[in-house]
Amino acid sequence: MTEVLLSLKGLTKAYPGVVANDSVSFDIGAGEVHALLGENGAGKSTLVKMIYGLVKPDSGEMLLRGAPFAPNEPRQARADGIAMVFQHFSLFDALNVAENIALGMENPPKMGDLASRIREVSEAYGLPLDPYRTVGDLSAGERQRVEIIRCLLQDPKLLIMDEPTSVLTPQEVEILFQTLQKLRAEGTSILYISHKLEEIRTLCDHATILRLGKNVGECIPAETSASEMAELMVGAALTPPMRGKRDLGEVAMDISGLSVPAPSAFGTALRNVHLTVRRGEILGIGGVAGNGQDELLSVLSGEVLTDSDAVKLGRAPIGHLGPVARRQLGVLAAPEERLGHAAAPDMSLTENAMLTGATREGLVKNGFLKWTAAKDFAERIIKDFDVRTPGPENAARSLSGGNLQKFVIGREVLQRPEVLVVNQPTWGVDASAAAAIRQSLLDLAAGGAAVICISQDLDELMEISDTFAALNEGRLSSPRPAEGLTVEEIGLMMGGAHGMEVAHV
Amino acid sequence: MDLSAINPVLLIASLMVAATPLLFAAIGELVVEKSGVLNLGVEGMMIIGAVAGFATAVESGSPLLGFVAAAGAGAALSILFAILTQYAQANQVASGLSLTLFGLGLSALMGQSYVGIKPPQMQKLDIPLLSDLPVIGPILFGHDLMLYVALMLIAAVWAVIKFTRIGLVLRAVGENHDAAHALGYKVVRIRIIAILFGGACAGLGGAYISLIRVPQWTEGMTAGIGWIALALVVFASWKPWRVLLGAYLFGGVTVVQLNLQAAGVAIPVEYLAMSPYLITILVLVILSADKSSAPAALGRNFHAAR
Amino acid sequence: MIRLEKRPQPSRAWSLATPVVAVLATMVAGGMLFGILGKDPVEAIRTIFWEPLFGEFAFYYRPQLLVKGAPLVLIAIGLSLGFKAGIWNIGAEGQYIIGALVGAGIGLAFYPLEAWFVFPLMVIGGAFGGWLWAMIPAYLKTRFGTNEILVSLMLVYVAEQFLASMSLGLLRNPEGHGFPGSRNFNSYEGASSWINENAGMHWGVVAALIAVIFAYVLLNRHMVGYHIRLTGEAPRAARFAGVKPARLILFCLGTSGMLAGLAGLFEVSGPSGQVSIDFNVGYGFTAIIVAFLGRLHPVGILLAGGLMALTYIGGDIAQSNLQLPSAAIQVFQGMLLFFLLAFDLLTNFRISLGKPEVA
Repeated sequence: MTEVLLSLKGLTKAYPGVVANDSVSFDIGAGEVHALLGENGAGKSTLVKMIYGLVKPDSGEMLLRGAPFAPNEPRQARADGIAMVFQHFSLFDALNVAENIALGMENPPKMGDLASRIREVSEAYGLPLDPYRTVGDLSAGERQRVEIIRCLLQDPKLLIMDEPTSVLTPQEVEILFQTLQKLRAEGTSILYISHKLEEIRTLCDHATILRLGKNVGECIPAETSASEMAELMVGAALTPPMRGKRDLGEVAMDISGLSVPAPSAFGTALRNVHLTVRRGEILGIGGVAGNGQDELLSVLSGEVLTDSDAVKLGRAPIGHLGPVARRQLGVLAAPEERLGHAAAPDMSLTENAMLTGATREGLVKNGFLKWTAAKDFAERIIKDFDVRTPGPENAARSLSGGNLQKFVIGREVLQRPEVLVVNQPTWGVDASAAAAIRQSLLDLAAGGAAVICISQDLDELMEISDTFAALNEGRLSSPRPAEGLTVEEIGLMMGGAHGMEVAHV
Repeated sequence: MDLSAINPVLLIASLMVAATPLLFAAIGELVVEKSGVLNLGVEGMMIIGAVAGFATAVESGSPLLGFVAAAGAGAALSILFAILTQYAQANQVASGLSLTLFGLGLSALMGQSYVGIKPPQMQKLDIPLLSDLPVIGPILFGHDLMLYVALMLIAAVWAVIKFTRIGLVLRAVGENHDAAHALGYKVVRIRIIAILFGGACAGLGGAYISLIRVPQWTEGMTAGIGWIALALVVFASWKPWRVLLGAYLFGGVTVVQLNLQAAGVAIPVEYLAMSPYLITILVLVILSADKSSAPAALGRNFHAAR
Repeated sequence: MIRLEKRPQPSRAWSLATPVVAVLATMVAGGMLFGILGKDPVEAIRTIFWEPLFGEFAFYYRPQLLVKGAPLVLIAIGLSLGFKAGIWNIGAEGQYIIGALVGAGIGLAFYPLEAWFVFPLMVIGGAFGGWLWAMIPAYLKTRFGTNEILVSLMLVYVAEQFLASMSLGLLRNPEGHGFPGSRNFNSYEGASSWINENAGMHWGVVAALIAVIFAYVLLNRHMVGYHIRLTGEAPRAARFAGVKPARLILFCLGTSGMLAGLAGLFEVSGPSGQVSIDFNVGYGFTAIIVAFLGRLHPVGILLAGGLMALTYIGGDIAQSNLQLPSAAIQVFQGMLLFFLLAFDLLTNFRISLGKPEVA
């Protein structure tokens, strides 16, 4: 390694009940793309928040070019040449691109000057952007560009990127990588956070692997196999899910000519969606975030009503039926947002079992609730899906993401659905829980149910689905058999580079 | 009934006076809501301002000092709201209501010995020549200082929000507090400052009622103007100049109905007195279809998690 | 440096303890206030909280507890349903007035007929009047998305003007020598809500107890109550569970309006006795404090209503014995809500004294 830019020494940060980082040390070289690899909950976010001044370490120190570095706030970190591209939460939908960028700068120039600087820099790095567009109207990839440009305008020495490719199509990833390589060539260091092994092998010079808050190993990604890195990351060899041979039955659900206006100013309208799914089939629906995933789930679950003929269960039109009536017929759903949509955070697991189980599990009689039966149902979910919790009287928000997700999926699977629709079933879930959830979906399909799995994780979709389609700006591509699809083809189905020119570097 | 007794010039001039308390309260609340906080305690802060301003003016003999005290009292009461919502994470609706209930009680207690007293008068700005102009003179140049302060406040808030960095940060905090926090802005501190500003403005509005518009002190004299100010912010789609428009509209309704009462129109007094409230409802109905310009984080509490 | 940490789940113990802590804190702060006003703090607090229950004239004051407490509980129960679901009816005072006007109007129309059906008809009228007045914000909210807080509040002022017009006009006692105000129901047997005036028993007390039981069963055992709680906790999850928001708004606002209207009717045909320009004394607003103090729980509201009635009666005693201004009691009640909201944080957060965290 050449010169060291940032050196972390024994960083420790504990929260009540959990040590997020336990004496983590590693060095980031100048002009190096350094990967920080780890599962959800391994402590990656906490670590970078310490570097960026959002969180203060309990102990340990950082050296920036040999000098002690302890930022009290992001402003200070930025002044020292550290910039960060967030995965979530750092753009303002109602403001325009230039205003968003000005907010991330210490001494922004006048708006007019800033706008021309934005044009200049964004084109130089192959990420063209219009400074006067409202951010809420941009695609996920464009929003990320806003963040990257915001960082680049400050000539960062270290650019931190948190899971940057989770919102991009394969083609957009290609553009991003070219930009990052250009930056590296100019001497900028990049701390690249991800759990996707293949892209780390393509891009990164060096990798540090975190597990349960500890640094468990370092490697040169290009010289290490993906499975070796995976074992370091997870701590055990993973068995891929069992995929039995399944026979596809008759059509279980049929959607034709479905169009729904956008539910809110920054939502997505569904445009002329067609799909069919058969008994025993898993239909995987890919696509970048914000292309109509939430909206499609709402239409299927009955939260948003449509023409009765637009959604059919077998031959019966159900588009006009609400969630309760659909559950009665066996159409169940598990939304993406666990806390607040799939489950009520402050309510107990028993009460959350009642949330969707009331009708099919017979937990209600003449409008009166049978709490004992609901508790039994909750206990059954906890037991069958290995949900780690002291008991069903605990609040949903007290569970970890993975455990709550197992509860949510389990709650629907145990109700023996005819059609199950899930959105991001393993988002933010650790590897073993993710494997268990995928297995349960496969088992459900093997038992003759139809499963529609909406996900932004392409690896997941390739692993479990029989048929693949992708959402792009509210349109659904025509479904194709998943087997044999290339990354290139999938990327095109997801909308390619969304009409953006590939960088000329 | 004698409608000819109504003088249009005086009507417009008194409309501006009637609208000023609303202007103060609404522009303050607009800033609060821009920062993403919904303070339903406007009525309470106004009435505290009304009594504090009145008492100070009577004791000191200076109406201006009264206004200073009113701003201070409104801000002081809003600190309670700030503590409840920004530190204790209490529900904003409930906290605002408690502020109003508490303010109404406290003002009654503070004002006991001031009932029936006349406050010192505020000098009208008498600009030579200009105020002698026919028609325009009494309408535009014959008012007290605070009325112009209210107008300047509108202009100032508009300019700050639109052109300055402070305004941009304020909007950002109200739009998405998590993002603002991630960029290193002090969400809680910015919101507290906005709440204090809103409190001070509401206090000024209250004092304008007790010192200039009426002028005397009676219990519960704000009579829902604080609530109308809240409605006005919605009416204005969170835009300062539309606050001005709305306030003059409501001021107009109030003045016209008072003039009609005085002129002895055949409609019973009570029904005329209802009209400002009914019109508020009507306007809310017409405008509630468009909520797109509301700050996205309005009414949501922020707690910096890990 | 004091820091807040969110608890993994709400603390049950603190949820029960905060109202008690808030009452104690209010006693301390209220005592200080009374001290500033030149009264003996201990004596003032004792007068307010002890005198009505165990003092020399307790035999007279105890029945008053029922009289003051019943409307507060009745209204607060209704409000609590909406508050739980995030539907803010703060115009109960207006619904109370209109309920009283409609009910009283029916009674006065039958005067002087003594028949068994007069009072039941008045009760129905009272409930209907309150319901109707609450349906205005409910309809506007479901149809146009209008803010129910502002509309229901504006309607209080409208109702007050309406009351003034009625007691000076249509409902004025024709034998009242031109004085404002209606005939007195206490001299109209068949239309009086009293059951036993000396014991403080009137039909409003019965209705309040029924409302408590009804709300308890609804919230704990019935789907509608579950949907109300779910909507308040997580509106999106509620829609996912199949709740129709518009229906819930109509139900919550309608029920609270109905109960407020009933409270108004029982008051006007009993304790107050007549429709007069100021027969309403702000129960509709105080009930908001009662609802929160009772933690939006039916049993809690019953206790909180009793406590708040105590401060009204004790306040009256303190006013005559110690010359404590009546507004001081209003401040005292307002303080109670403040302290409650402030201490409520202990239910959801843990306070830790530790190293400061960069925020």
